[in-house]
Amino acid sequence: MKKIKKAMALALATSMALGLAACGNGGAKSDSGKKDGGLIKVGIINNDPNESGYRTANDKDMKEKFTKENGYDASFSYSLKNDEQIAYAKKMIQDEVDYLLLSAADTAGWDSVLQDAKNAGVHVILFDRTIDADPSLYDASIVSDMAKEGETAVNWLKDQGLSEYKIIHIQGAMGSAAQKGRSGALDTQVAADGNWSIVTQQTAEWNAEKAQQIVQSVIDSGESFNVIYAENDDMAKGAVAALDKANISHGVGKDVIVMGYDCNKWALEELLKGNWNYDGQCNPFQASYIVDIIQKIQKGETISEKTIIMDEKGFDAGKITQEDVDKYGI
Amino acid sequence: MSKTSVNTNESFFKKMIHSQIFIPIAALLLLTLFNLIWDPSFFKINIGPDASGNQVLSGYIITILDNASELVILAIGMTLVTAASGGQDISVGAAIAIAGSVILRVLCGSDSRSTELQAPIIVAFIIACVVAMLFGAFNGVLVAYFKIQPMVATLILFTAGRSIAAWINNNELPIVTDVSLSYYGNFIPGIPIPTPVFIAIICVIIIMLVLKFTTLGLYTQSVGINEKSSRLNGLNPELIKLLTFVILGLCVAVAGLIKVGRFSTINYSVIAKDIEMDAILAVALGGNALGGGKFNMMASVLGAYVIQYLTTTLYKLKVSSDALSAYKAIVVILLVVLSAPIVREKLAKLGKKLKKKEA
Amino acid sequence: MRNKILLEMKNIYKTFGTVKALQDVQFKLAEGEVHALMGENGAGKSTLIKVLTGVYSKDEGEVILDGKAVAIHSPQDAQKVGISTVYQEITLCPNLSVAENMYIGRGSGVGQNWKKMNSDAKKILESLDIPAKPSQQLGSCSIAVQQMVAIARAVDMDCKVLILDEPTSSLDEQEVEKLFKLMRDLKSRGVGIIFVTHFLEQVYEVCDMITVLRDGKFVGEYEIADLPRIKLVSTMLGKDLDDLSDIKVDSATYDGNDKDDKRIEAFSLVSDAGIQPFDFYIKKGEVNGFTGLLGSGRSECVRAIYGADRVLGGNVKVNGQDAKISKPINAMKKGIAYLPEDRKIDGIVGDLSVRDNIVLALQVLKGFFKPISKAEAYKFADEYIKLLEIKTASADTPIKSLSGGNQQKCILARWLLTNPEYLILDEPTRGIDVGTKVEIQKLVLKLAGEGMSITFISSETDEMLRTCSRLIVMRDRKVVGELSGDDLTQGKIMETIAGGEGKDE
Repeated sequence: MKKIKKAMALALATSMALGLAACGNGGAKSDSGKKDGGLIKVGIINNDPNESGYRTANDKDMKEKFTKENGYDASFSYSLKNDEQIAYAKKMIQDEVDYLLLSAADTAGWDSVLQDAKNAGVHVILFDRTIDADPSLYDASIVSDMAKEGETAVNWLKDQGLSEYKIIHIQGAMGSAAQKGRSGALDTQVAADGNWSIVTQQTAEWNAEKAQQIVQSVIDSGESFNVIYAENDDMAKGAVAALDKANISHGVGKDVIVMGYDCNKWALEELLKGNWNYDGQCNPFQASYIVDIIQKIQKGETISEKTIIMDEKGFDAGKITQEDVDKYGI
Repeated sequence: MSKTSVNTNESFFKKMIHSQIFIPIAALLLLTLFNLIWDPSFFKINIGPDASGNQVLSGYIITILDNASELVILAIGMTLVTAASGGQDISVGAAIAIAGSVILRVLCGSDSRSTELQAPIIVAFIIACVVAMLFGAFNGVLVAYFKIQPMVATLILFTAGRSIAAWINNNELPIVTDVSLSYYGNFIPGIPIPTPVFIAIICVIIIMLVLKFTTLGLYTQSVGINEKSSRLNGLNPELIKLLTFVILGLCVAVAGLIKVGRFSTINYSVIAKDIEMDAILAVALGGNALGGGKFNMMASVLGAYVIQYLTTTLYKLKVSSDALSAYKAIVVILLVVLSAPIVREKLAKLGKKLKKKEA
Repeated sequence: MRNKILLEMKNIYKTFGTVKALQDVQFKLAEGEVHALMGENGAGKSTLIKVLTGVYSKDEGEVILDGKAVAIHSPQDAQKVGISTVYQEITLCPNLSVAENMYIGRGSGVGQNWKKMNSDAKKILESLDIPAKPSQQLGSCSIAVQQMVAIARAVDMDCKVLILDEPTSSLDEQEVEKLFKLMRDLKSRGVGIIFVTHFLEQVYEVCDMITVLRDGKFVGEYEIADLPRIKLVSTMLGKDLDDLSDIKVDSATYDGNDKDDKRIEAFSLVSDAGIQPFDFYIKKGEVNGFTGLLGSGRSECVRAIYGADRVLGGNVKVNGQDAKISKPINAMKKGIAYLPEDRKIDGIVGDLSVRDNIVLALQVLKGFFKPISKAEAYKFADEYIKLLEIKTASADTPIKSLSGGNQQKCILARWLLTNPEYLILDEPTRGIDVGTKVEIQKLVLKLAGEGMSITFISSETDEMLRTCSRLIVMRDRKVVGELSGDDLTQGKIMETIAGGEGKDE
């Protein structure tokens, strides 16, 4: 028995060590108590940057903005679990940060810790994700509007003026905010316009391989289609792989329109080459918005609108430039 | 199902229903029958050029054979691990992410957009094999020497694996532009059948040869059934368990190569997601006891094809997204229940009774 | 005069695949009768019991209880009509209390009156004179008491027929005596008891009637007085058994030039199994044995020689040369073979076929890259199935579906196939019928005659006397004496075990 316990402890320790090594600088890091002259102390709680390319870009953006040179003393903590995030938040409040920046893993459970923050005079700014808590508990919330992203894309597609729309709709993981927003706009349009029809609508769970299989299945069945509406870049890539196998042309001026989301750099490069037609942005660059708000608060200004929706672009393969790729690619 | 074959050949039927491989074969036949009735064009195979101008085969059957490849290869390793250790490795999906990441790292070097390969693919593959086998050995040591439940032991890598994969490439997603890598996941010019199909078949042949020309089969089963007795017969149960995990590691590396080959890149967080569950399911569908012991490799391999057959069939039926996993679950439950010894005995009895009544 | 017939089983048939396990079997049990069910391993005793208790469904025949035909499809059905079984292995929960074990799974509702349960249990335990407290944890009782608790549970369920399946194999003499007292007690209350055992003496001590089965067929039903012991044995075997008496005389002893050379020598060998360091030797062609009470360290000694337990000290010489034996494989490579005491845990690989079980050790010796071909394996298996008369449907049958004796023969075959120089047999005849016992004893002497060295361990002294030419006596995990020649008598052995004068050599 003892032996097993020992082994378990060892295994756990090893796994944690591995996990930490993998996260680079995971865990809460902060120089507690010491306030450098004039530096604004911020505590940033984010999801694991390995979660997705989006998150990696988001984290990188934060790290670039909140530096000593820019006047910030920032500490970063990462977790995909709500309870761990809450623990980090408590620690940061104890460490007397000025601002708590939070991308919550889960929408619920934040009330008491945010109340603590408020009592301690810590400003709370939510980014990327909102939570189910009273708006009085935070100063601002910077989010993407997924439904708007969907609308932008569908409007773009409408403008293409096809005589008939036969769409393969590849969905993300069912129930996620991104999936709901991006599916919603298309569903509405298809229901409203008799010229628009769905050839198949299935989830590939953000996964390229599954998307490839879904499109392959349509090709194998011999049905015709002229639009691929994939809810992220990976799935669009999977779809294109299936098209290539069957020698179906795609891209600007070709048989099939390919649409993706998230603006991965490699995806924008595909746009630039004309292999894809459209890519919708899900803006990970929230740091500048946060900086704006912090500066307003520092100056004593009031924040008029608590919920700030970021600008999100949709890129057309015909108009995209190399600068766009470098600037917006993640 | 039982009625039709009773009349044709009683003894053959009896032998069949008692043999382990019966369930996956029956499942394949059932799916085939279903598709024949629903839409016979399911079985149509076309030949035509792909985007790079090769004449290639296409059609549902080709899709099934192609996409099942990784699962088939994993099922081989999973069967051995299950047999020897009486548990399953749930970290294979994460381990594929690691193996794929290693391949990309070696091929691209430090530049994630490099236009030419920094090393031959074979070198990248061999390094990936070594890494995957080391991670397999890590799992194996925990299971064999520290006597940790396989599911618990592999939970560690399951949790940490995808982060490790991301860390290997500094969180970047390199894309290989050299076309030769895509040969492993798609087509080799001039050959109309997808390469993964060949890789899977080669793996199956290799394991069959290994089982024939070594005592791996006898040793793993023996250790899985009765470890104490195996030890007294001169075996080293720990070493044999470790060996099965290392072999699974090798399978993981091969599957990783195919995965990377398919898109010339991978996404660490979703690549081969949930594939461990499908691999375990393949073993179970093959009628192998998940508690270890006796196994039938061919049945596991067929089990893997059954799963892909089922997936492709469901895609073809355009089952709505929300319901897809539910349908899959129902069919799987049905198959697993059918393969339970109790049910099969009852079935055999039923067949007997029917026969008697007819006589 | 026999009492009223309580249970009657008529013309019972049962087949498994192609094996006819029971053919036209009859069985009658009267009230207040202890009825022995006898037969060799594989004769059909267990199958008959399992048909009666609803574990198996019979193909044909009827079961009549109290004059009415009853249909029993499950053990629950059997219990409902008043048929209870106590198996050889305790099937209760050791971590629950005695009372809980007696009442578990019997309540009609969810509720349980714990106080009443304990007091009821106490009453029954007292009335049956079972030395256990209701609140005591079952695991803390001796095996015998646990068995009695199982019986008490059965009795309290208004059982009319009590089946005792090898209840005495793990009990010592005193415990057996207690159990018999309980059986007589139940008998006087009119319970019919079916008693399955391998111990002949016990049959004559406690039973009234004997029914003998052979090869799945009914041989006869006898009153105990009409069937003396030797006749019972020959009825079970279906042949006369003059050769039971003394087999040592007519088997040749090894007479090679090197008969005085020592095959194995051990000096102050000690393992982690808690035995005192001991010295040991065996000559070529010699049969020796370890004797002593259960738990005296007999098995641990041979396990140390074989490397089955972790060796902590001492050294071993094989054929005069130093040998390092730390794992079984080392011993096997030196030509040592070990048939373990616990067949189920240490011996068989249950789900594997008879064939695989037989070739296993040889295969391990040959090595990983030299598999024995299927054809070869069949050849070996068939050879030994024939030689040792192993009763199995085929070489492909899983070994776990064979009877205990036949399993043991397979394990024996496994080791004989490796052609060992030194064979250790730890309780090779436990739970095996008389016929097979004699066969194994004969085989031991024959092999020794050909030059093999054999160590034979058995709980039955007469068996040891019949085979061994030298006995090493153990007490309290220590070697306390050695007997050979004229000293090899029951009396002398007992004395040495007990610590009398026969201690010196």
